Amino acid sequence: MTTLQVKVRVNGKESAKEVEPRLLLVHFIRDELGLTGTHVGCDTTNCGACTILLDGKSVKSCTMFAVQADGRSITTIEGMQAADGELHPIQKAFWENHGLQCGYCTPGMVMQAAWLLRENPSPTEQEIRLGISGNLCRCTGYQNIVKSVKEAAKAMQTEAKGRR
Amino acid sequence: MLPRSFQYFAPTAVEEVTGLLKEHEGDVKILAGGMSLIPLMKMRLASPGYIVDINRVKGLEYIEESEDGKALLIGSLTRHHSLESSPLVKKRAPLLSEAAGSIGDPQVRNLGTIGGALAHSDPSGDWGAAILAVRGAVMALGPSGERSIPIDDFLVDTFTTALKEGELITRVSVPTLPEGAKSGGAYLKLERKAGDFATAGVAAQLVLEERKDGDYCTYAGIGLTALGPKNLRASNAEARLVGRRLTKEAISEAASAAASESAPTDDPLRGTAKYKRQMAGLFTRRALELAAARARAHGGRGAR
Repeated sequence: MTTLQVKVRVNGKESAKEVEPRLLLVHFIRDELGLTGTHVGCDTTNCGACTILLDGKSVKSCTMFAVQADGRSITTIEGMQAADGELHPIQKAFWENHGLQCGYCTPGMVMQAAWLLRENPSPTEQEIRLGISGNLCRCTGYQNIVKSVKEAAKAMQTEAKGRR
Repeated sequence: MLPRSFQYFAPTAVEEVTGLLKEHEGDVKILAGGMSLIPLMKMRLASPGYIVDINRVKGLEYIEESEDGKALLIGSLTRHHSLESSPLVKKRAPLLSEAAGSIGDPQVRNLGTIGGALAHSDPSGDWGAAILAVRGAVMALGPSGERSIPIDDFLVDTFTTALKEGELITRVSVPTLPEGAKSGGAYLKLERKAGDFATAGVAAQLVLEERKDGDYCTYAGIGLTALGPKNLRASNAEARLVGRRLTKEAISEAASAAASESAPTDDPLRGTAKYKRQMAGLFTRRALELAAARARAHGGRGAR
């Protein structure tokens, strides 16, 4: 079995591991790095539970090999909160707006929302719905998730204005 | 799901890619966005012994206008999302940005590439239909140099293209019109649910010329998605439009022609062949109407 070294910066921290080329990125994140916030849902590129940010772009980590991430930067749900434990505005918005029920899809939803709001800081409801169309939730009917993303957008804009 | 073991290469130059393809001929696959290949490998429908990851190859990811301004050149590794959001594509070939935005879901579009999608030649793929509608070409680099393959020759059959062993797609080129031309395109598809493969899809591109008694069609391109063994050109439908005044009747005739020349099959998930054929007609009509409306608006406002 040939292995290759994968060096990645995950949530700001450098990691290096020897892995088989066929190891999927989501298993690398969960099993090799111990970051189990990223979930495996469908394992077929449909549900989006495994969404992470790779160099800032949202991708489904079940449909990428860990070796492809070599030298790149990854953000997972564990990297969203501030160093002092303060939740990210998107996480806060999900909490405050009941944007989850069982919570299984939530890490993927939050990561996708993070990408969406970077691309489009004040999306319309339709843009939010299209933006999370690669993430499935089987509990909420999406209503409160959409509301959470909308509230997060508002909070982040207010925060950005405050910093200016 | 875990794919079979394979040996992995991540070259940084196209020459290395073609070298590796030659060396491992018959048991090697190119990994671009991976949005089709990786699921196939996970399900073990494909189990190549060697993977050549081209994501680190320089000079394959770009969108630019050719020097003479008559074509849009798209590097094969260009992501769907880049095409969906590029101001240049929106301005020079808006049909492509509409088609790009309809592929899969946002995460898939962040990784998936135009070259990879075309090389896969899935009859449900969106790019084949769009590139047929604008009569684009695929540039392939192989051991004996580069060659340009018109899209009609490139798409051979289900999961089969004109690419030879050892060839790599380097770019897709799409002819563009002078700015201000009365042109319009539309890509419409029917999906069971968000992100699903198309039940039926139609890409339509029209160029109109204003004459005393109305708008005449000087160019028509119609590509079909999921309506045959590969992305099909609705050539009979196109023939009903070119050189004619673009009336409601002409559009209806073209739509019926497209339905007749489509070749869908029954499938338990997305409907019977009969149903899909009806959708081929309906969506061709809608796509042509939208393309015509956009051409008129576009021409009216001049170069957009």
